[in-house]
Amino acid sequence: METPQQTVMERVKEGIAPPPTAEAPAACTFEVRDLSIWYDKKRAIEGVTMNIATNAVTAIIGPSGCGKSTFLRALNRMHELTPKTRMEGTVLLNGNDLYSSAVDPAIVRRRVGMIFQKSNPFPTMSIGENVVIGLRLNGVHNQKFLNERLEKSLRMAALWDEVKDDLHKPGTSLSGGQQQRLCIARALAVEPEVVLMDEPCSALDPIATAKIEELIYELKAKYTIVTVTHNMQQAGRISDYTAFFYIGRLIEFGPTTKIFTNPTEKQTEDYITGRFG
Amino acid sequence: MEVATAPAITRGEPLTAAAVMKRPSRFGDKAFEWLTLAMAMTVVVLIILTGWQLWHGSQLAIQKFGLHFLVTSTWDPVAEQFGALPFIYGTLVSSLIALLIAVPLGIATAAYLTELAPLWIRQPLVSLIEMLAAIPSVILGLWGIFVMIPWLRDYPFPWLRRFFGWTPFFSGSIYGPSMLAGGIIIAIMILPIITSVSREILRSVPDLQREAAYGLGATRWEATRIAVLSYAKKGLFGAVILGLGRALGETMAVTMVIGNTPQIAASLFKPGYTLAAVLANEFTEATTDMYLQALFYIGLVLFGITILVNLLAQLMLRTIATTSATRAVQ
Amino acid sequence: MHFERTNNHTWRKIKNALAVGTAFGSAILVILPLGLVFCYLLINGIGSVNWDFFTKLPAPVGAVGGGMANAIVGTLILLGLAGIVGIPIGVLGGVYLAEYGSGQVNSVLRFLADVLNGIPSITWGVVVYGLIVLRFKGFSAYAGGLALALIMIPLILRTTEEVILLVPNGYREASLALGVSRWKTIVHIVMKTASKGIITGILLALARVGGETAPLLFTAFGNRFWNHNLSQPIAALPLQVFTYAISPYDDWHRQAWAGALVLVTGVFCVNILVRIVTRGNTA
Repeated sequence: METPQQTVMERVKEGIAPPPTAEAPAACTFEVRDLSIWYDKKRAIEGVTMNIATNAVTAIIGPSGCGKSTFLRALNRMHELTPKTRMEGTVLLNGNDLYSSAVDPAIVRRRVGMIFQKSNPFPTMSIGENVVIGLRLNGVHNQKFLNERLEKSLRMAALWDEVKDDLHKPGTSLSGGQQQRLCIARALAVEPEVVLMDEPCSALDPIATAKIEELIYELKAKYTIVTVTHNMQQAGRISDYTAFFYIGRLIEFGPTTKIFTNPTEKQTEDYITGRFG
Repeated sequence: MEVATAPAITRGEPLTAAAVMKRPSRFGDKAFEWLTLAMAMTVVVLIILTGWQLWHGSQLAIQKFGLHFLVTSTWDPVAEQFGALPFIYGTLVSSLIALLIAVPLGIATAAYLTELAPLWIRQPLVSLIEMLAAIPSVILGLWGIFVMIPWLRDYPFPWLRRFFGWTPFFSGSIYGPSMLAGGIIIAIMILPIITSVSREILRSVPDLQREAAYGLGATRWEATRIAVLSYAKKGLFGAVILGLGRALGETMAVTMVIGNTPQIAASLFKPGYTLAAVLANEFTEATTDMYLQALFYIGLVLFGITILVNLLAQLMLRTIATTSATRAVQ
Repeated sequence: MHFERTNNHTWRKIKNALAVGTAFGSAILVILPLGLVFCYLLINGIGSVNWDFFTKLPAPVGAVGGGMANAIVGTLILLGLAGIVGIPIGVLGGVYLAEYGSGQVNSVLRFLADVLNGIPSITWGVVVYGLIVLRFKGFSAYAGGLALALIMIPLILRTTEEVILLVPNGYREASLALGVSRWKTIVHIVMKTASKGIITGILLALARVGGETAPLLFTAFGNRFWNHNLSQPIAALPLQVFTYAISPYDDWHRQAWAGALVLVTGVFCVNILVRIVTRGNTA
């Protein structure tokens, strides 16, 4: 397992060439064109256009209330859960229109998973049951298959060794960081292509946060990851691309090294350097 | 979107989750929503059904007596002359007596529980009051017949007659079963609900009010009076109306102690009758159609009165921003 | 600055003590009937709660002896019938109010349910009398069960709605984010999380209607013998207590106390059970 020993900033300062994925995106999973979303009468995001690279980590940063979470949720149609939402624009997932009327949001969400800020393992279920519940509720009953997926998902979430003897224990008996990794295992069990993360570490202590950041680094080999974070340093540590949002608009988007060292927009620079938060 | 069809399963390759998971059916979601909606709509159906049944079942009586029914005091099944006035009178008087007893006691107890009592005593008292609420009406009635009435007849009633016999309310012979006994037993039955709803209302008074009073050096009682009770006046009134609604409909305990005599008398020692009690007693005795329909008419009147009072109570309780107050209704 | 005590202060302290004392006295007065009822139930009833009581049928009118076996069984049967109708409707209706619907419609429905909860229970007896007893020309267990079910529905509806609203939204989102359909999320995740609360709501409703007499007076009607056919009249414990209590026979009075003690014990046990089960929760 490869750990980024230095932050992107350090690497750039030393003049080391940025990792290959930081330049021209080879393939992109999401193509977002002119996306605008309204909650009732209020516009939450406006005219967002960007491509999300495959097998890379894209960070969404910006001050509170700038629409980061709204944008993230639009990628798996979770924003529709709020009543009275309206959207305009297109979101394409591997070339397919996510919002066409022929598409069932439930199927979208199987392909685009989500991890939430506050870890939420289901309280009435054990660790094992939590991991496979997505599969089970979606009609999978083959016990052998479920057991295989259980182990596989927990390994991918770097949790297998810690819980393999305690699978029957309640999901809520784990520590905060472990619970979040359990949620990640749960999301991975339905084999999505994309994993969206909405401030996954903001409720965790630094050690648990570091473990999750390592995990994200590992996962990007197989999945496309988009993560919202209010912690700029974290964005710098783990992401390949960064998008800076401000009051509902996408101000700037590009490789993380560029955003953090040589941003084009003044607003981006002001935010990065902490002139406003 | 292409994933709408499951990817083909190639022999020899490990199964993917996508291949194994079933397609969600939109039908399931819609069907469940409609099912639960239908179940929720039963409350509407129930109100309409009840009103209609009572109306339909009292047609003959309505045609014959009309609104005079509400102001006639003859109740003579043999001559088929029916008037609901004695029962309306009895219902109102017994409920009034009950409120006069239960409201001060209930609100004082609620104030005690929320503001004045030491903390360790609060939960046990609350639990005890909830247990009182759980006592079925018929059991309180049983106790009323064999314990309360003999005691009333031997002690409080003669005492009342001695000191207040000059008023029309406490004059005349004492039988035992009486309007006053009915009022007292209803008071016991509605005490828990008045106490618990009042408690919820007092609890919802913002602490800021209390702190302001204590900050000015008020004693516990002064703070309660100034900051809490006056702020909660509206809600407490709603609690009283709620208690009234419950009192109007009390059936078993009342019919066991009130004497079941359709008469209008000033003396509270005389037996009386209420709308609910006459239904309980005479429904199965109704020998003629007109008799039965007159009883349905009584049911309709009772339904109308309690719906109105409960509507009023709910409206009052909802104008205060507490969900717990309306929850305490149960 | 002076912090002297003024004359007024002592008077205020006295007023305070009086007020607190009065309020305390009120609280005692409120609980007093509970204590008295229980005492007399025990004193008068405990001697008669014997094997005969639980196993024998009522003796012929005026004769001494017999028991209330059929009434106890009858109450259980009626509760079963009431539950079959009342529990699904109440629970699913509560689910609708909590999970679906618009603010306006739901407010109205909630309001109506609360109003229904305040209607005298005897009204339901009259309604079911017109609906079933007149139509099928006879009192029956079905009629009694239906009357009790009608009382249960708005009760369970509100308690179910409340506990489901307490389920944190995070669980719904997590489930939906896995691609699970809405109805499965509600049934398998939300209702499962709220199951303790839903069940206690049901138990409390059952305890409440188990003690109801008025709606049974002219629906179930009562029966001196075993009920072998649900479209025939059936005995019920509170009904039997009432009939015996207002009768002129001393022996029946004795049995009424016994029946009342058993009934109250049953109702209280359920309430205490519920209290123990929900003790861990902050709700």
